[in-house]
Order: sequence, then C-alpha cells, then structure tokens
Amino acid sequence: MTKHDSTHRDDLDARPWAGRVREYDLFKELAIGVGVVGVLVLALAAIVGSPDDKTITLKTWATAAPADFIATATGELAGTTDTAGYGPPYTTTAGATQTLGPIDLQSMSGTRLPIDTAKDLVITPLTTLGAAADARATWAAASDTQRTDWATAYGEALAKAPKGDPAKVAAGDYGPVPELTATLQAEAVTGGVDGAIQQEGGVFNFDYTRTILFLGDGQYFPGLAAGMHLTGDQWGMMNETGNYPGQSWLWLFSFWYQLPVIGDLPNADLVVVGLMGLLTLALALVSVIPGLRDLPRLIPLHRLVWRSYYRQR
Amino acid sequence: MTAVTPGQERAAAPTATSAATATPTPTATATATPSPTATPTQPPAAEEDRTWTGRTRRWLLGKLPPDKLLPNTQPSYVASWIYVLGMGAIGSLLFIIASGVVLSFNGPTWYHVSALGHFVNSVHLWSVELFFFFMVVHLWGKFWMAAWRGKRVLTWITGVVSFAVSIVAGFTGYLVQTNFDSEWISFQAKDALNATGIGAWFNVTNFGQMFMWHILILPIGVLAIVAFHVVLVRVHGVVPPLEASETDAQLTHPDTTGE
Repeated sequence: MTKHDSTHRDDLDARPWAGRVREYDLFKELAIGVGVVGVLVLALAAIVGSPDDKTITLKTWATAAPADFIATATGELAGTTDTAGYGPPYTTTAGATQTLGPIDLQSMSGTRLPIDTAKDLVITPLTTLGAAADARATWAAASDTQRTDWATAYGEALAKAPKGDPAKVAAGDYGPVPELTATLQAEAVTGGVDGAIQQEGGVFNFDYTRTILFLGDGQYFPGLAAGMHLTGDQWGMMNETGNYPGQSWLWLFSFWYQLPVIGDLPNADLVVVGLMGLLTLALALVSVIPGLRDLPRLIPLHRLVWRSYYRQR
Repeated sequence: MTAVTPGQERAAAPTATSAATATPTPTATATATPSPTATPTQPPAAEEDRTWTGRTRRWLLGKLPPDKLLPNTQPSYVASWIYVLGMGAIGSLLFIIASGVVLSFNGPTWYHVSALGHFVNSVHLWSVELFFFFMVVHLWGKFWMAAWRGKRVLTWITGVVSFAVSIVAGFTGYLVQTNFDSEWISFQAKDALNATGIGAWFNVTNFGQMFMWHILILPIGVLAIVAFHVVLVRVHGVVPPLEASETDAQLTHPDTTGE
C-alpha cells in the first residue's frame, strides 16, 4: 500500500458513514447488558460465592510452628533474615538492590520505610510487653559485634538441633538470645506480640509492613502459600485461595517468572516489570508500530466480525 | 474573550424577563441605560456568543451533537456480538461500583462476619471477573478490527489505559480483602514494586494506603478514563470494516434496512 493509498484509506475510515444504517437503541442495549450481567453476577455470587481464608497472625505462627518462630526471631536479631538485608526501602544494606546495568531505581527511592529488625520485631515488642527485662538489659549493654556473635551462634545451633527444637540445642555462648526469642514466642502465643508490633505505629495504625515482613521471613507463612499454589514460581500471581479464579489477567506478568532464563535472574522483578511496561506501551501505541499494526490485515480475523459485510461483496 | 461590561450585566436580567414578550418594557429600557454606551441587548445568539461558556457549548455541540451522543442508528456493518462486549464491561463496572458502595457502608472486615456481607463481597468479586472477561475480549476484538483507524488512535489508547488502570484497581482490591490472600499477595508483590523504586511510595503492605487507593483514587481514575473512552467512541463512531468502501452501495444483497 502506497503512502497516498494509506492516507486516502485513513480519510475514508474517518469519514462519517454514508451507507445503510440499522436501527440501534443505546439505552435498550445498556439495560439488557446490565440485566444479563446482573443475572450472571448474582447467580455466581449465590452459587459459587467467594474465598475467605483467615489471616495468619504472629499468634497463629508462634502456636503452630514455635521452632520456626524462634529461629526467625533469632535471624532478626542476627540480621540474617531477608528483611534485615533487603536494602531500600527498608534497610541501607549495600549491594542488595536489583539493578539493570547502571540503573538502580531501588536505591533512588531511599530508605523511606526503615526497619531495624532486631529492635522493631524483637526488642521493642518485648519492651512494650514488659517481658524478659534482664535479657533485654544484657542485650542493650552489649556491643553490636557481641550481639551479632550471640545471635549468629544461636541461629547456627538451632539449625543443627533436631527439628530446630530450642530445647535440644547444644550448649554454647548465646548470651541473652535464647531467653529473648523464647519469651517473644511465649508472648506471641498469647497474641501480645501482634498488638505490640502494631502499636509501634500508634493506636490508629493501618500499616502492617512489619508484621507481614516478619511473617515472610519464616518458613511457616510461605509454606502455607506454597501449599495453595500461590508462590511466584507456581503462577501464584494469578491464583486464588481455594478453587476460585484469581487475577487471571496477570497471566503474562506471571509467565515471565516461569522461564528460568528470567525467573532465576537476581534482578528478575526489575526485568519483568520493565518487560511488561514496554509491552503495555507497545499495545497502547500499536497504531504506529509497523508490523504490529499490520497484523489485523495479515491475519484476517476481522472477517469473522464483519462476515455479513464481506459475504455480500 | 470579550469582556462583559457592568451595563451589559445589568441589562441581562430585564432582557431575560422581557424575552417572553420580545418587546422590552419602558422600565426595562430605563434601568438598562445607566450610561450612553450601555444599551439593552438580547443574549448573544449561540453562534455569536464569545463567552467561555458559549464557546465551550458550541465546541461540545460541534464535536458531539445529541444524535451522535445518543444514537438510534448504527452503520449496517455493526452487526456482531463482539459489539456488546464493551457494554458488558460497562454493565459489570456498574455492579462493581454498586457492590463496592454497599461494602463501604460497613467497612472492609464486615464480610467476614455477615452472610449478607459475604454475598455482597461475592457480587463484587464476580462482577470484577466478568468486567475483565468482557474487557479483554473487547480489547482483542478491537485489535483484530484495527479499530485505531480513521483518527481513532486516542480511543484505542484510552481503552488500553483503562485496562491498565483497572488492573491496578483490581490488584489493590485483592490487597484489601483483609484475609490470608491479601497478606500473601502484599508480601509477594512488594518485591516487584520495590525493585522499581515505586514500593517506597506505593507500599502494598500498608493496608490504609491501599484501601484509600482502592476505594477512592483508582475508582475515580477508572470511571474518568472509561467515560472519556465512551465519549470518544460516540464522537468518532464505530470503525468501518477493513477495505470498506465509502458506503455499502456495492453490496449485492444487503440484508439491512436502509434509510
């Protein structure tokens, strides 16, 4: 098609239609559309319903998996958990960000949501609850190196103990860490730690960042999600709890994570978001992208839509 | 813009009163002549009105006259089920808004403890599922119809943008379910947002922030873009078939009623 033909064609497409018309009732179509959708929605809501699995709390976790809770709390004190070494926006950990060549958007945002895992997730809740006072005093009086050495040693000992059972840990120099973590677990079972961590943000705190990051640092919470096929490598982004449809429209976003060449990259999230951004931009600007804009002509599915029109030509 | 003088402003009221009789009364004339330059005038005719309001009205009516805004005919080629999908998406959106408003009355945790609340939450969920179903099929249909032709590029772009904004709106909905699913989705989704720096400002684990985005900011965004999209559809009309002639006079056996 020459440029002249293309311009003429575009003019023709833009011109008001001068051919035959058919009767059309906009409001009637809207009313019927709303009616049909209403019947479908109400029927599906009544028959199929919707999922509602209860939240997991620190209390749930500490009760169901006390060893995992204590091991995770120890990691928060040692600074070895994912959150402790996450980088921006939570911590200042160097080299923890996802980058694309020289592009480091994660660092540019800064540490806007700072979290000190030892203080915010263990020491402050115990302080709020007035628990393990002696152990807290010992911890407070120790140097950073001493604290790290105690917590790291205890974490390694827990990993070696049968089933991670704190009662079966080999003797060692763990300082106040066993008492701090065991007390935190005991308080969590009562529900006190949930409230104590939330209270760090004030009475009207709607921010659950600390609780959710603490949950995610353990094995229990991700294990439950994996059991429901909700993790990233299980197409979890588009799955829902139970047998309900989730965000199936995110299939392409989820798809990239299933490819090892992308999913295994250390900067997989940044690559996938970048890819999806480019593809969305391409979709929006499809009319000016040669090749892509020609697909409807090359693959004439439009003849199905206008089959009556083409049949009569 | 033409400035309105005080004399003209005063003249407007009596003139309007006298408009029914079309003959200004002496009183009206007297009150309308505070200065030699101010004379009683009729409101300017629509085509002469140079006020901002008048110009805007003229522009709007030119772009979207009533018969284009609320049409009762469509070109003969508009005869496929594919055309009802856009309306299906709008119908679903109405149910999303309505069920969302009902859920708003009692807050985000009501549906956990109330059978009625759970039903309304189910209506909300299924209208969202249908909304995306209709929207995606509508989008694919329009792609294969190359519906951006004939100066309809902005219509196409607003459609894609409304799809993208709807995805964010749906995503925040999943984040504020106040159940296990929302906990896990927020934990998982933070990484992609943090990697791009967005997470520092759009914190998916902050329930309060996500809740406000979901019930206020994003619905306004979706409704505004969808409304603009629909207006553009009305302004430009339905795209004709590829390789269509200027009219369908070349058809051998047209099966539609012409006017």
